[in-house]
Amino acid sequence: MTALAGLSLPLLSSCAKEETEDFLQKHFREMTSEEKKQMIAKLEQRYLQKYGREFQISTKEAIPDTLWGYGLELSRCIGCRRCVYACVKENNQSRHDPQLQWIRVLRLKRGNLINLENSDHYYNPDTVPEKGFIYLPVQCQQCQNPPCVKVCPVHATWQEPDGIVAVDYNWCIGCRYCIAACPYKGRVFNWSEPNIPKEEVNPSVHYLGNRPRMKCAVEKCTFCIQRVRDGRYPACVEACPTGTRKFGNLLDPNSEIRYIIDRKRVFRLKEDLNTESKFYYFFEA
Amino acid sequence: MKKKIKAIALGIFLMGFCFTSSANGAAEEFPVAPPPMTEGMFPCSSCHASMETNRKKRELKEEHTQIKLHHAETMRWCLDCHDIKNRDKLRLYNGELIKFTESYKLCGECHGPQYGDWRAGIHGKRTGYFMGSGKRTYFLCAHCHDPHEPKFKPIKPEPPPFPPTDRKHGN
Repeated sequence: MTALAGLSLPLLSSCAKEETEDFLQKHFREMTSEEKKQMIAKLEQRYLQKYGREFQISTKEAIPDTLWGYGLELSRCIGCRRCVYACVKENNQSRHDPQLQWIRVLRLKRGNLINLENSDHYYNPDTVPEKGFIYLPVQCQQCQNPPCVKVCPVHATWQEPDGIVAVDYNWCIGCRYCIAACPYKGRVFNWSEPNIPKEEVNPSVHYLGNRPRMKCAVEKCTFCIQRVRDGRYPACVEACPTGTRKFGNLLDPNSEIRYIIDRKRVFRLKEDLNTESKFYYFFEA
Repeated sequence: MKKKIKAIALGIFLMGFCFTSSANGAAEEFPVAPPPMTEGMFPCSSCHASMETNRKKRELKEEHTQIKLHHAETMRWCLDCHDIKNRDKLRLYNGELIKFTESYKLCGECHGPQYGDWRAGIHGKRTGYFMGSGKRTYFLCAHCHDPHEPKFKPIKPEPPPFPPTDRKHGN
């Protein structure tokens, strides 16, 4: 490994120092706490230069005895896309060229929930909800048996102990196998250098979540890892004007998500694929 | 004898403690956001205290003209929910007066299943921290449903994503 690094150093000498550092950076899960500290200091410096803001980059680990689960009530969603834009803002997604969004709101004909291939997510009426349609927001379902993790050739994506499927953006090689493997279209790709307006950047970030990404990295919903590991609701839950979105700890019998699973009619999307998703859609019973 | 007195004293002390703590608990049953009042409206008594009460169902022409009652209006009028003597309070069926911050109790008298779900955090919305000691805020029924006209009004959706054929902006 050191020999390889030594070999590549002269090759990289023509590159910027930044790129050399990134190239030699270890996988997040193999870093010691000292190495993490150095890496965070370096990143904070870099973001300060790029965005003119003091970033707080967390590497907070999963809270013991937590397994996050999400609930979404289909009878209440009106398809207004407030969640989509709250997510973009909270999680520092590229606004244009490329435009990346982690939530996709599908519109389906009422009574046609099963035919996802007939769905439309470019609908744009004057007002919502529209008669005869229902809305099905889809984002990363944080599968307990995630196909995206299985196909990653470099282990750049994995499942955290609290169930969140995380990505080490620096370790990702941009092969996009995970995008092909995901049955929910939960992942998006930075085809070019992301564009985030300086004044809109969110400086409160988690290393495995909403820190600004780079070209060639795959990204996806993390249930707002930077918020939920502090016990705070995800941004989409707070943004929804109809209270459609619910969140909680699946291991806590008194949590909101457990109340839903115990008492409501729930289903998981494409359950037959054995992904064991932790995203529960439900109806007013 | 002394022991008995001590026991009684302790009992009284504990009872007092229970009462005060339950009273505090009742005052802050849920950390709700301030009720959605039109600015300058509250306290209602600042106008109503000096006014004559009129129980008659009628069109309001001078004040509160923006209120359109579409909430079982054939069988309801202002004073079914607002107390006639103390306008700063709401009134339950049994005559109990409640604050506007506890209006969910009044809604719950008719909408039982929704009230049960609301108490569990399923119907309605909560923001802030769901775990730990951080601040949390529960929305009242009235934050989303205008109590006089509770049906949701349609809203304008946020723009759709750029289609992939849009080479300039899309992904």
